[in-house]
Amino acid sequence: MISVYLRRRLINAVHLTFSVLAMLFGLFWLSWILLTLLGNGLSGITLTLFTEMTPPPGNEGGLLNAIAGSVMMVMLATFIGTPIGILAGTYLAEFGHSDWLAAATRFVNDILLSAPSIVIGLFVYTVYVLKVGNFSGWAGVFALALIVIPVVVRTTEDMLRLIPDSLREAAAALGAPRWKVITLVTWRAAEMGIVTGVLLAIARISGETAPLLFTALNNQFWSLDMEQPMANLPVVIFQFAMSPYESWQQLAWSGALLITLTVLGLNIAARIFTRKQGDIN
Amino acid sequence: MQRMNSKVTTHELDFFYGKYHALRSISLALMEKKITAFIGPSGCGKSTLLRTFNRMYQLYPNQEARGKILIDGENILDHKQDLNLLRAKVGMVFQKPTPFPMSIFDNVAFGVKLYESLNRCELSERVEWALQKAALWDEVKDKLQQSAISLSGGQQQRLCIARTIAVKPEVVLLDEPTSALDPISTARIEDLIFKLKEDYTIAIVTHNMQQAARVSDYTAYMYLGEMIEFDDTDTIFTKPKQKATEDYITGKFG
Amino acid sequence: MSDGAAMSKSSITAKLKQQQLLDRLFRQITRFFALMVFLLLIALIVSLIIGSWPSVQVFGFDFLISAEWNPVTEKFGAWVPIAGTLITATIALAIGIPVSFGIAVFLTELSPAWLKRPLGTAIELLAGVPSIIYGMWGLFVFAPFFAASVQPWMQESFGAVPAIGFLFEGPVMGIGVLTAGIILAIMVIPFIASVMRDVFDVVPPMLKESAYALGATTWEVIRYVVLPYTKSGVVGAIMLGLGRALGETMAVTFVIGNAHQLHASLFMPGNSIASALANEFTEADGELYTAALIELGLILFFITFVVLACSKVLLVQLKKREGAAT
Repeated sequence: MISVYLRRRLINAVHLTFSVLAMLFGLFWLSWILLTLLGNGLSGITLTLFTEMTPPPGNEGGLLNAIAGSVMMVMLATFIGTPIGILAGTYLAEFGHSDWLAAATRFVNDILLSAPSIVIGLFVYTVYVLKVGNFSGWAGVFALALIVIPVVVRTTEDMLRLIPDSLREAAAALGAPRWKVITLVTWRAAEMGIVTGVLLAIARISGETAPLLFTALNNQFWSLDMEQPMANLPVVIFQFAMSPYESWQQLAWSGALLITLTVLGLNIAARIFTRKQGDIN
Repeated sequence: MQRMNSKVTTHELDFFYGKYHALRSISLALMEKKITAFIGPSGCGKSTLLRTFNRMYQLYPNQEARGKILIDGENILDHKQDLNLLRAKVGMVFQKPTPFPMSIFDNVAFGVKLYESLNRCELSERVEWALQKAALWDEVKDKLQQSAISLSGGQQQRLCIARTIAVKPEVVLLDEPTSALDPISTARIEDLIFKLKEDYTIAIVTHNMQQAARVSDYTAYMYLGEMIEFDDTDTIFTKPKQKATEDYITGKFG
Repeated sequence: MSDGAAMSKSSITAKLKQQQLLDRLFRQITRFFALMVFLLLIALIVSLIIGSWPSVQVFGFDFLISAEWNPVTEKFGAWVPIAGTLITATIALAIGIPVSFGIAVFLTELSPAWLKRPLGTAIELLAGVPSIIYGMWGLFVFAPFFAASVQPWMQESFGAVPAIGFLFEGPVMGIGVLTAGIILAIMVIPFIASVMRDVFDVVPPMLKESAYALGATTWEVIRYVVLPYTKSGVVGAIMLGLGRALGETMAVTFVIGNAHQLHASLFMPGNSIASALANEFTEADGELYTAALIELGLILFFITFVVLACSKVLLVQLKKREGAAT
């Protein structure tokens, strides 16, 4: 009896020790990464980073054109992807009870959500870049929008489904037509949750490199022409980090820190909105 | 004109959830400006019946009502009946309070704005009128722009009643309106319901037999989708004709 | 609407007509966008098939099993990147699953209350760090450290072990298949751990308490109550991590070495589908080269699709069995 109990205690202790070690192991790597990033990137966060263009090899410079390009492409992609995602998600949650299209779209959306982002880039390359004939800002925007859409579709549907049917019934009971029930009541009730989804989508595309590699490509100069190749932070970081020039590598670290801070900030904002949604539900 | 007019009449009404036969041949009449209570054990179909009066069931697929429901002589189950107009005429208050995520004022104004184009002043008057009727005005008049979600449960339910009567319906359906509330809020709402019958024809579903006895003029006892007995409330509670009704009311069953 | 008389009957009918029209319009608009999402995927698959067609025609089935990749002679085979993708993902999961599980257990069962929230938040935030950061860190920090301190030790310890020794042969360079797998593991750990934690959190406390009330140890509660209760969620978390690991580009590209060679040793450089695409696509000249790369993308897409489909089937079956058991 006692020996059985001792054995159980021992097994328990072994597993729990492993669990603590796993936590420490995880934290060790992750803090190492973040400390490296801070250590290497912080010194480069100066005013010139935001005022000067990306330099030729071996020279000093900033990331202005890359920052501008990234902001522009991320914004446009969000503007394009968000309404599409919200409307499609609304269809899935509000109208798609027993409809083949809703079932199929839901499945397809899951696939898009888990599709490797580089494949999305490849897709935009074959249908857009090849047809137009050159890499361009628009191609980058389309690739990023394709990543935004499934994220927004999913969160919109999930959030709308969390809204109790009684709220819809209450609005319908006043004689409100369906579209008013949805736009004035359910969307509003799910507002914070949907905003969270959009923020997470923005966070995701802000750091995406792979889909931009063969869509927007890169541009060493200042250009806001969406028809032309466009500079952007992730691809600049990739190219500069892989280069042998020390000044480029330094810029890559600073850019990496910048992106990480942006993404973390967006994630924190998203968490705040999630909490607000929780208060409503 | 205080004669007995029936406002709503059902005629051999059947209801189906898919294949499940939930209501069987219900025929009854709701008298104008009277309160009719529906009692019976859970799952007897009383809420289902209520939800046919404004065809709320039609929000969901595979739910179907057959037979006739006449409101002012017109069959509302007719395909030509416009659902939204029907629901503006037949208001409904639900089991749990359902404040919309907007200000108190906008909650009450929501339904009004759907069918009437009032100017600002008329709209505020209407909102005040409805909140007065629902005995909520004094508590909220200083915070009309606050979110309705900040109100207490009892206040939220009165807000929902105000929202319903602001549209000026003719029939008001109450689906267990006090089951989620504490006794004090319940008493206030019962008072309110009693006053509302001056203007409206009211149907109330309740689990609480005392409530039915207190507020209603007529009571219907339902069991397994059938109407067992329907009579004025005094008769049902003092000398029911059916043994089943008596058993349920005296607590031998259910 | 006793006031209805105030409004002329015809204006009401007009309004109702208009509302019905708007209702239908709104429904059709949302349906249109749902259809668009659906068609996007079809378009994606079709365009990749068309794009890879020249390569499919020339190499046929051999493309999948050939290890040759020579842009000069225009001979292409996908075996090296396919193997690289699968091997790195396997390494990542082999390390990632137990560690994530441990972290999730720590966060739900062991952590003192004051640490729970900050640690949980930290893990969640780390799941959002862009993958390029992991790649850079891998190249500049981890690879040199790995080559200097860990790899020689590994060779000494395992190099002579008969069955697995060959895995650790070759020069120590820091970069290579093993490094890529480890970086991937570090990247997917926050992902899997945060999902697993969410899943563990939904176990009703009463259920756990009743097991504790019988005298079960913490581990026994986890093993016999929490895990069975959350089976499908745990599988979902792992599949999510696997999907990430298979399709990840940047974390791998920096450290895998990008060599179209097949070695038994995990120390040697290799290639994954995603990093082959990232490195070669913009420089690919010639129709056949581009088509071969697009076919690689198609294969990658197919692999992640299969993973997703498998996890869906698995989830349905787990749910069924749970339904049958209870």
